[in-house]
Amino acid sequence: MKEKRNLIIAGLIIGLISVGLVKAGNPANMGFCIACFLRDIAGGVGLHRAAIVQYVRPEIIGLVLGAFAVSLVKKEFMPRGGSSPVLRFVLGFIVMVGALMFLGCPLRMVLRIAGGDLNAVVGLVGFAAGIAVGVFFLNQGFSLKRTYSLPKVEGMAFPALNVGLLLLAVFGTGLLLFSESGPGSQHAPLAIALIAGLVVGALAQRTRLCMVGGIRDLLLFKDWTLLSGFLAILVAAAVGNMLLGGFNLGFANQPVAHTDGLWNFLGMATAGFGSVLLGGCPLRQLILAGEGNSDSAVAVLGMIVGAAFCHNFGLASSGTGSTANGHIAVVLALVVLVVIAVTNTAKAAQNAKVSSSQGK
Amino acid sequence: MTKVDARGRSCPEPVLMTKKALASGENTYEVLVDNRTAVENVTRFAKHQGYTVSVTESEEEFTLSLTK
Repeated sequence: MKEKRNLIIAGLIIGLISVGLVKAGNPANMGFCIACFLRDIAGGVGLHRAAIVQYVRPEIIGLVLGAFAVSLVKKEFMPRGGSSPVLRFVLGFIVMVGALMFLGCPLRMVLRIAGGDLNAVVGLVGFAAGIAVGVFFLNQGFSLKRTYSLPKVEGMAFPALNVGLLLLAVFGTGLLLFSESGPGSQHAPLAIALIAGLVVGALAQRTRLCMVGGIRDLLLFKDWTLLSGFLAILVAAAVGNMLLGGFNLGFANQPVAHTDGLWNFLGMATAGFGSVLLGGCPLRQLILAGEGNSDSAVAVLGMIVGAAFCHNFGLASSGTGSTANGHIAVVLALVVLVVIAVTNTAKAAQNAKVSSSQGK
Repeated sequence: MTKVDARGRSCPEPVLMTKKALASGENTYEVLVDNRTAVENVTRFAKHQGYTVSVTESEEEFTLSLTK
Protein backbone atom coordinates (compact mmCIF):
# COMPACT_ATOMS: atom_id res chain seq x y z
CA MET A 1 0.00 0.00 0.00
CA LYS A 2 2.87 2.31 0.90
CA GLU A 3 4.46 1.55 -2.47
CA LYS A 4 1.28 2.52 -4.28
CA ARG A 5 0.90 5.72 -2.25
CA ASN A 6 4.48 6.74 -3.01
CA LEU A 7 3.99 6.00 -6.70
CA ILE A 8 0.87 8.14 -6.81
CA ILE A 9 2.62 11.04 -5.05
CA ALA A 10 5.65 10.73 -7.35
CA GLY A 11 3.37 10.53 -10.40
CA LEU A 12 1.48 13.67 -9.39
CA ILE A 13 4.75 15.58 -8.89
CA ILE A 14 6.17 14.35 -12.23
CA GLY A 15 2.95 15.32 -14.02
CA LEU A 16 3.10 18.85 -12.61
CA ILE A 17 6.84 19.23 -13.34
CA SER A 18 6.16 18.15 -16.93
CA VAL A 19 3.52 20.85 -17.38
CA GLY A 20 5.88 23.33 -15.73
CA LEU A 21 8.69 22.50 -18.16
CA VAL A 22 6.40 23.27 -21.10
CA LYS A 23 5.55 26.57 -19.46
CA ALA A 24 9.31 27.19 -19.02
CA GLY A 25 9.97 26.70 -22.73
CA ASN A 26 9.83 23.03 -23.76
CA PRO A 27 7.68 22.08 -26.79
CA ALA A 28 3.99 21.48 -26.02
CA ASN A 29 3.14 18.14 -24.37
CA MET A 30 6.91 17.54 -24.14
CA GLY A 31 7.79 18.36 -20.55
CA PHE A 32 9.53 15.03 -20.73
CA CYS A 33 10.06 12.73 -23.68
CA ILE A 34 12.94 10.30 -23.35
CA ALA A 35 12.81 9.37 -27.04
CA CYS A 36 12.63 12.97 -28.30
CA PHE A 37 15.31 14.15 -25.87
CA LEU A 38 17.76 11.36 -26.74
CA ARG A 39 17.05 12.17 -30.41
CA ASP A 40 17.83 15.85 -29.72
CA ILE A 41 21.07 14.89 -27.95
CA ALA A 42 22.05 12.67 -30.92
CA GLY A 43 21.53 15.74 -33.09
CA GLY A 44 23.25 18.07 -30.63
CA VAL A 45 26.49 16.10 -30.91
CA GLY A 46 26.11 15.82 -34.68
CA LEU A 47 25.16 12.16 -35.03
CA HIS A 48 22.33 13.31 -37.30
CA ARG A 49 21.84 16.56 -39.21
CA ALA A 50 18.12 17.20 -38.84
CA ALA A 51 18.50 20.91 -38.05
CA ILE A 52 15.19 21.28 -36.16
CA VAL A 53 15.84 18.58 -33.53
CA GLN A 54 19.32 19.30 -32.16
CA TYR A 55 19.89 20.19 -28.51
CA VAL A 56 21.60 18.70 -25.48
CA ARG A 57 18.61 18.17 -23.19
CA PRO A 58 19.65 18.68 -19.56
CA GLU A 59 16.58 16.74 -18.41
CA ILE A 60 18.21 13.48 -19.57
CA ILE A 61 21.45 14.28 -17.74
CA GLY A 62 19.44 15.14 -14.63
CA LEU A 63 17.45 11.91 -14.77
CA VAL A 64 20.61 9.80 -14.89
CA LEU A 65 22.51 11.78 -12.25
CA GLY A 66 19.46 12.03 -9.96
CA ALA A 67 19.05 8.26 -10.02
CA PHE A 68 22.82 7.84 -9.60
CA ALA A 69 22.99 10.09 -6.53
CA VAL A 70 19.98 8.56 -4.80
CA SER A 71 21.13 5.01 -5.51
CA LEU A 72 24.51 5.85 -3.95
CA VAL A 73 22.90 7.30 -0.83
CA LYS A 74 20.47 4.39 -0.51
CA LYS A 75 23.22 1.83 -1.17
CA GLU A 76 21.40 0.59 -4.26
CA PHE A 77 24.17 1.52 -6.68
CA MET A 78 25.10 -1.90 -8.05
CA PRO A 79 27.16 -2.25 -11.22
CA ARG A 80 25.62 -5.15 -13.13
CA GLY A 81 25.65 -6.33 -16.70
CA GLY A 82 26.29 -9.07 -19.18
CA SER A 83 22.71 -10.01 -20.00
CA SER A 84 22.73 -10.16 -23.83
CA PRO A 85 24.25 -6.69 -24.35
CA VAL A 86 24.13 -6.65 -28.16
CA LEU A 87 20.51 -7.78 -28.22
CA ARG A 88 19.74 -5.00 -25.74
CA PHE A 89 21.45 -2.49 -28.04
CA VAL A 90 19.27 -3.72 -30.92
CA LEU A 91 16.14 -3.58 -28.73
CA GLY A 92 16.96 -0.01 -27.70
CA PHE A 93 17.41 0.89 -31.38
CA ILE A 94 14.06 -0.70 -32.24
CA VAL A 95 12.19 0.99 -29.37
CA MET A 96 13.46 4.30 -30.76
CA VAL A 97 12.28 3.47 -34.30
CA GLY A 98 8.80 2.78 -32.91
CA ALA A 99 8.76 5.82 -30.64
CA LEU A 100 9.83 8.20 -33.41
CA MET A 101 7.17 6.77 -35.72
CA PHE A 102 4.62 7.79 -33.06
CA LEU A 103 6.61 10.87 -31.92
CA GLY A 104 7.07 10.15 -28.26
CA CYS A 105 8.23 7.68 -25.65
CA PRO A 106 5.62 6.07 -23.37
CA LEU A 107 5.99 8.98 -20.93
CA ARG A 108 5.30 11.58 -23.61
CA MET A 109 2.39 9.43 -24.80
CA VAL A 110 0.80 9.93 -21.37
CA LEU A 111 1.63 13.65 -21.47
CA ARG A 112 0.08 13.92 -24.96
CA ILE A 113 -3.12 12.27 -23.72
CA ALA A 114 -3.07 14.72 -20.80
CA GLY A 115 -2.93 17.53 -23.36
CA GLY A 116 -6.05 16.20 -25.09
CA ASP A 117 -4.18 14.62 -28.04
CA LEU A 118 -6.43 11.72 -29.05
CA ASN A 119 -3.79 10.36 -31.46
CA ALA A 120 -1.92 9.34 -28.32
CA VAL A 121 -4.94 7.29 -27.21
CA VAL A 122 -4.54 5.33 -30.45
CA GLY A 123 -0.84 5.03 -29.54
CA LEU A 124 -1.78 3.75 -26.07
CA VAL A 125 -3.94 1.00 -27.57
CA GLY A 126 -1.00 -0.05 -29.77
CA PHE A 127 1.37 0.20 -26.80
CA ALA A 128 -0.82 -2.11 -24.71
CA ALA A 129 -1.12 -4.53 -27.64
CA GLY A 130 2.67 -4.61 -28.02
CA ILE A 131 3.07 -5.24 -24.29
CA ALA A 132 0.52 -8.06 -24.45
CA VAL A 133 2.59 -9.77 -27.17
CA GLY A 134 5.72 -9.35 -25.04
CA VAL A 135 3.91 -10.74 -21.98
CA PHE A 136 2.95 -13.82 -24.02
CA PHE A 137 6.66 -14.52 -24.60
CA LEU A 138 7.51 -13.80 -20.93
CA ASN A 139 4.97 -16.42 -19.91
CA GLN A 140 6.60 -18.85 -22.33
CA GLY A 141 9.96 -18.33 -20.59
CA PHE A 142 11.55 -15.49 -22.59
CA SER A 143 14.78 -14.32 -20.97
CA LEU A 144 17.83 -12.32 -22.00
CA LYS A 145 19.75 -14.40 -19.42
CA ARG A 146 21.30 -13.39 -16.16
CA THR A 147 23.42 -10.40 -15.23
CA TYR A 148 26.68 -10.47 -13.29
CA SER A 149 28.30 -8.14 -10.78
CA LEU A 150 30.82 -5.80 -12.36
CA PRO A 151 33.50 -3.45 -10.98
CA LYS A 152 32.40 -0.07 -9.61
CA VAL A 153 34.11 1.84 -12.41
CA GLU A 154 31.96 0.06 -15.03
CA GLY A 155 28.81 1.30 -13.29
CA MET A 156 30.25 4.80 -12.92
CA ALA A 157 31.03 5.11 -16.64
CA PHE A 158 27.54 6.05 -17.81
CA PRO A 159 26.90 8.69 -15.10
CA ALA A 160 30.40 10.05 -15.86
CA LEU A 161 29.52 10.35 -19.55
CA ASN A 162 26.51 12.42 -18.52
CA VAL A 163 28.69 14.71 -16.39
CA GLY A 164 30.92 15.16 -19.45
CA LEU A 165 27.90 15.97 -21.60
CA LEU A 166 26.74 18.52 -19.03
CA LEU A 167 30.16 20.20 -19.00
CA LEU A 168 30.02 20.32 -22.79
CA ALA A 169 26.53 21.85 -22.68
CA VAL A 170 27.70 24.54 -20.24
CA PHE A 171 31.20 25.36 -21.48
CA GLY A 172 31.45 23.91 -24.98
CA THR A 173 28.32 25.08 -26.75
CA GLY A 174 30.44 26.17 -29.73
CA LEU A 175 31.21 22.50 -30.38
CA LEU A 176 27.56 21.46 -30.31
CA LEU A 177 24.73 21.89 -32.81
CA PHE A 178 21.69 23.65 -31.37
CA SER A 179 18.48 24.12 -33.39
CA GLU A 180 17.54 27.67 -34.28
CA SER A 181 13.94 26.73 -35.12
CA GLY A 182 11.57 23.81 -34.54
CA PRO A 183 11.20 21.60 -31.44
CA GLY A 184 14.95 21.56 -30.73
CA SER A 185 14.99 25.33 -30.33
CA GLN A 186 12.23 25.23 -27.71
CA HIS A 187 13.62 24.45 -24.33
CA ALA A 188 13.43 25.44 -20.69
CA PRO A 189 16.50 27.24 -19.28
CA LEU A 190 19.36 24.80 -18.62
CA ALA A 191 19.31 25.05 -14.81
CA ILE A 192 15.54 24.53 -14.58
CA ALA A 193 15.64 21.57 -16.96
CA LEU A 194 18.56 20.03 -15.08
CA ILE A 195 16.89 20.39 -11.67
CA ALA A 196 13.61 19.01 -13.04
CA GLY A 197 15.53 16.00 -14.36
CA LEU A 198 17.32 15.47 -11.04
CA VAL A 199 14.05 15.54 -9.07
CA VAL A 200 12.22 13.21 -11.47
CA GLY A 201 15.26 10.92 -11.66
CA ALA A 202 15.35 10.64 -7.87
CA LEU A 203 11.59 10.01 -7.64
CA ALA A 204 11.67 7.41 -10.43
CA GLN A 205 14.62 5.65 -8.77
CA ARG A 206 12.83 5.40 -5.42
CA THR A 207 9.48 4.29 -6.81
CA ARG A 208 10.70 2.11 -9.76
CA LEU A 209 8.20 4.03 -11.89
CA CYS A 210 7.86 2.41 -15.32
CA MET A 211 5.30 2.97 -18.04
CA VAL A 212 5.78 -0.49 -19.57
CA GLY A 213 6.04 -2.28 -16.24
CA GLY A 214 2.66 -0.88 -15.17
CA ILE A 215 0.69 -2.44 -18.01
CA ARG A 216 2.89 -5.56 -17.97
CA ASP A 217 2.28 -6.22 -14.25
CA LEU A 218 -1.44 -5.67 -14.71
CA LEU A 219 -1.53 -8.28 -17.51
CA LEU A 220 0.86 -10.74 -15.80
CA PHE A 221 -0.13 -10.52 -12.15
CA LYS A 222 -3.33 -8.41 -12.05
CA ASP A 223 -1.23 -5.93 -10.07
CA TRP A 224 -2.14 -2.23 -10.36
CA THR A 225 0.72 -0.89 -8.23
CA LEU A 226 3.09 0.32 -10.96
CA LEU A 227 0.27 1.49 -13.21
CA SER A 228 -0.97 3.82 -10.47
CA GLY A 229 2.11 6.04 -11.03
CA PHE A 230 1.33 6.26 -14.72
CA LEU A 231 -2.30 7.22 -13.97
CA ALA A 232 -1.20 9.86 -11.44
CA ILE A 233 1.02 11.51 -14.08
CA LEU A 234 -1.95 11.57 -16.46
CA VAL A 235 -4.28 13.16 -13.91
CA ALA A 236 -1.80 15.79 -12.67
CA ALA A 237 -0.68 16.77 -16.18
CA ALA A 238 -4.27 16.94 -17.47
CA VAL A 239 -5.37 19.17 -14.59
CA GLY A 240 -2.24 21.32 -14.98
CA ASN A 241 -2.88 21.68 -18.71
CA MET A 242 -6.52 22.63 -18.16
CA LEU A 243 -5.56 25.30 -15.62
CA LEU A 244 -2.83 26.74 -17.85
CA GLY A 245 -4.82 26.51 -21.08
CA GLY A 246 -2.69 23.76 -22.63
CA PHE A 247 -5.58 21.31 -23.00
CA ASN A 248 -6.91 20.93 -26.53
CA LEU A 249 -9.09 17.85 -27.16
CA GLY A 250 -9.01 16.31 -30.64
CA PHE A 251 -6.98 14.60 -33.34
CA ALA A 252 -6.08 17.49 -35.63
CA ASN A 253 -3.43 20.18 -35.09
CA GLN A 254 -1.83 18.58 -32.04
CA PRO A 255 1.69 19.77 -31.19
CA VAL A 256 4.58 17.62 -32.50
CA ALA A 257 2.17 14.85 -33.54
CA HIS A 258 0.53 13.41 -36.66
CA THR A 259 -2.89 11.88 -37.29
CA ASP A 260 -1.87 8.67 -39.07
CA GLY A 261 -3.73 6.22 -36.81
CA LEU A 262 -2.38 2.95 -38.17
CA TRP A 263 1.23 4.06 -37.79
CA ASN A 264 0.65 5.65 -34.39
CA PHE A 265 -0.71 2.26 -33.33
CA LEU A 266 2.11 0.23 -34.90
CA GLY A 267 4.82 2.64 -33.71
CA MET A 268 3.79 2.33 -30.07
CA ALA A 269 3.16 -1.42 -30.46
CA THR A 270 6.81 -1.69 -31.52
CA ALA A 271 7.95 0.46 -28.60
CA GLY A 272 5.81 -1.53 -26.13
CA PHE A 273 6.87 -4.96 -27.38
CA GLY A 274 10.55 -3.96 -27.48
CA SER A 275 10.41 -2.38 -24.01
CA VAL A 276 8.86 -5.47 -22.43
CA LEU A 277 11.72 -7.54 -23.83
CA LEU A 278 14.15 -4.99 -22.36
CA GLY A 279 12.34 -5.16 -19.00
CA GLY A 280 11.33 -1.50 -18.86
CA CYS A 281 10.42 1.67 -20.74
CA PRO A 282 13.04 4.20 -21.94
CA LEU A 283 12.67 6.22 -18.70
CA ARG A 284 13.32 3.12 -16.61
CA GLN A 285 16.37 2.25 -18.73
CA LEU A 286 17.85 5.69 -17.98
CA ILE A 287 17.21 5.27 -14.25
CA LEU A 288 18.72 1.77 -14.17
CA ALA A 289 21.73 3.03 -16.13
CA GLY A 290 22.15 5.65 -13.40
CA GLU A 291 22.09 2.86 -10.79
CA GLY A 292 25.07 1.24 -12.50
CA ASN A 293 23.24 -1.19 -14.78
CA SER A 294 25.42 -1.62 -17.87
CA ASP A 295 22.74 -3.51 -19.78
CA SER A 296 20.42 -0.53 -19.51
CA ALA A 297 23.24 1.85 -20.45
CA VAL A 298 23.79 -0.21 -23.60
CA ALA A 299 20.05 -0.05 -24.35
CA VAL A 300 20.19 3.76 -24.03
CA LEU A 301 23.18 3.90 -26.39
CA GLY A 302 21.14 1.77 -28.80
CA MET A 303 18.32 4.33 -28.55
CA ILE A 304 20.70 7.21 -29.32
CA VAL A 305 22.16 5.44 -32.36
CA GLY A 306 18.65 4.40 -33.37
CA ALA A 307 17.53 8.03 -33.20
CA ALA A 308 20.44 9.09 -35.41
CA PHE A 309 19.52 6.42 -37.98
CA CYS A 310 15.87 7.51 -37.84
CA HIS A 311 16.82 11.00 -38.99
CA ASN A 312 19.68 10.06 -41.31
CA PHE A 313 17.46 7.58 -43.17
CA GLY A 314 14.20 9.51 -43.04
CA LEU A 315 12.42 7.03 -40.76
CA ALA A 316 11.13 9.49 -38.15
CA SER A 317 7.69 11.04 -38.48
CA SER A 318 7.05 14.75 -38.24
CA GLY A 319 4.04 16.96 -37.70
CA THR A 320 3.14 16.42 -41.35
CA GLY A 321 2.93 12.64 -41.01
CA SER A 322 4.87 9.40 -41.23
CA THR A 323 7.25 8.42 -44.03
CA ALA A 324 7.37 5.39 -46.36
CA ASN A 325 10.89 4.61 -45.11
CA GLY A 326 9.54 4.74 -41.57
CA HIS A 327 6.77 2.25 -42.43
CA ILE A 328 9.33 -0.21 -43.79
CA ALA A 329 11.53 0.26 -40.72
CA VAL A 330 8.67 -0.36 -38.28
CA VAL A 331 7.59 -3.54 -40.09
CA LEU A 332 11.21 -4.78 -40.14
CA ALA A 333 11.56 -3.84 -36.47
CA LEU A 334 8.48 -5.92 -35.58
CA VAL A 335 9.90 -8.89 -37.49
CA VAL A 336 13.23 -8.57 -35.65
CA LEU A 337 11.38 -8.36 -32.30
CA VAL A 338 9.53 -11.59 -33.04
CA VAL A 339 12.83 -13.28 -34.02
CA ILE A 340 14.52 -12.09 -30.80
CA ALA A 341 11.51 -13.13 -28.71
CA VAL A 342 11.18 -16.57 -30.29
CA THR A 343 14.88 -17.44 -30.27
CA ASN A 344 15.36 -16.42 -26.64
CA THR A 345 12.23 -18.28 -25.57
CA ALA A 346 13.01 -21.53 -27.40
CA LYS A 347 16.52 -21.56 -25.96
CA ALA A 348 15.18 -21.19 -22.45
CA ALA A 349 12.96 -24.23 -22.91
CA GLN A 350 15.87 -26.19 -24.40
CA ASN A 351 18.21 -25.26 -21.55
CA ALA A 352 15.64 -26.37 -19.03
CA LYS A 353 15.40 -29.73 -20.79
CA VAL A 354 19.18 -30.13 -20.88
CA SER A 355 19.60 -29.33 -17.19
CA SER A 356 16.77 -31.63 -16.13
CA SER A 357 18.16 -34.52 -18.19
CA GLN A 358 21.48 -34.00 -16.45
CA GLY A 359 19.63 -34.30 -13.18
CA LYS A 360 20.57 -30.81 -12.04
CA MET B 1 10.93 -26.64 0.77
CA THR B 2 11.38 -25.45 -2.79
CA LYS B 3 14.16 -23.00 -3.56
CA VAL B 4 13.98 -20.48 -6.39
CA ASP B 5 17.33 -19.08 -7.53
CA ALA B 6 16.55 -15.82 -9.34
CA ARG B 7 19.95 -14.21 -8.79
CA GLY B 8 21.05 -12.19 -11.78
CA ARG B 9 17.51 -12.04 -13.13
CA SER B 10 15.90 -8.68 -13.68
CA CYS B 11 12.21 -8.01 -13.29
CA PRO B 12 9.75 -9.41 -14.03
CA GLU B 13 11.65 -12.71 -14.25
CA PRO B 14 12.09 -13.30 -10.48
CA VAL B 15 8.34 -12.82 -9.99
CA LEU B 16 7.51 -15.15 -12.88
CA MET B 17 9.89 -17.80 -11.50
CA THR B 18 8.28 -17.44 -8.08
CA LYS B 19 4.82 -17.64 -9.60
CA LYS B 20 5.73 -20.87 -11.37
CA ALA B 21 7.17 -22.39 -8.19
CA LEU B 22 4.16 -21.38 -6.10
CA ALA B 23 1.95 -23.44 -8.40
CA SER B 24 3.14 -26.56 -6.52
CA GLY B 25 1.17 -25.29 -3.52
CA GLU B 26 3.72 -25.81 -0.73
CA ASN B 27 3.68 -23.84 2.51
CA THR B 28 7.30 -22.66 2.51
CA TYR B 29 9.58 -21.40 -0.24
CA GLU B 30 12.95 -19.73 -0.38
CA VAL B 31 13.65 -17.19 -3.13
CA LEU B 32 17.16 -15.87 -3.84
CA VAL B 33 17.48 -12.52 -5.62
CA ASP B 34 20.23 -9.92 -5.93
CA ASN B 35 18.52 -6.59 -6.42
CA ARG B 36 16.11 -4.55 -4.36
CA THR B 37 13.53 -4.14 -7.10
CA ALA B 38 13.22 -7.92 -7.24
CA VAL B 39 12.89 -8.06 -3.43
CA GLU B 40 10.01 -5.57 -3.56
CA ASN B 41 8.27 -7.20 -6.50
CA VAL B 42 8.53 -10.79 -5.23
CA THR B 43 7.42 -9.67 -1.76
CA ARG B 44 4.39 -7.88 -3.18
CA PHE B 45 3.44 -10.87 -5.31
CA ALA B 46 3.89 -13.41 -2.49
CA LYS B 47 1.81 -11.31 -0.10
CA HIS B 48 -0.98 -11.16 -2.68
CA GLN B 49 -0.84 -14.97 -2.76
CA GLY B 50 -1.30 -15.10 1.02
CA TYR B 51 2.29 -15.74 2.10
CA THR B 52 4.19 -13.89 4.79
CA VAL B 53 7.64 -12.81 3.68
CA SER B 54 10.84 -12.25 5.64
CA VAL B 55 13.98 -10.96 4.00
CA THR B 56 17.59 -11.56 5.04
CA GLU B 57 20.38 -9.68 3.33
CA SER B 58 23.98 -10.76 2.89
CA GLU B 59 26.61 -9.30 0.54
CA GLU B 60 24.44 -7.97 -2.29
CA GLU B 61 22.16 -11.01 -2.06
CA PHE B 62 18.74 -11.35 -0.55
CA THR B 63 16.99 -14.46 0.71
CA LEU B 64 13.22 -14.24 0.89
CA SER B 65 11.48 -16.80 3.10
CA LEU B 66 7.87 -17.31 2.08
CA THR B 67 5.57 -19.04 4.56
CA LYS B 68 1.85 -19.64 4.56
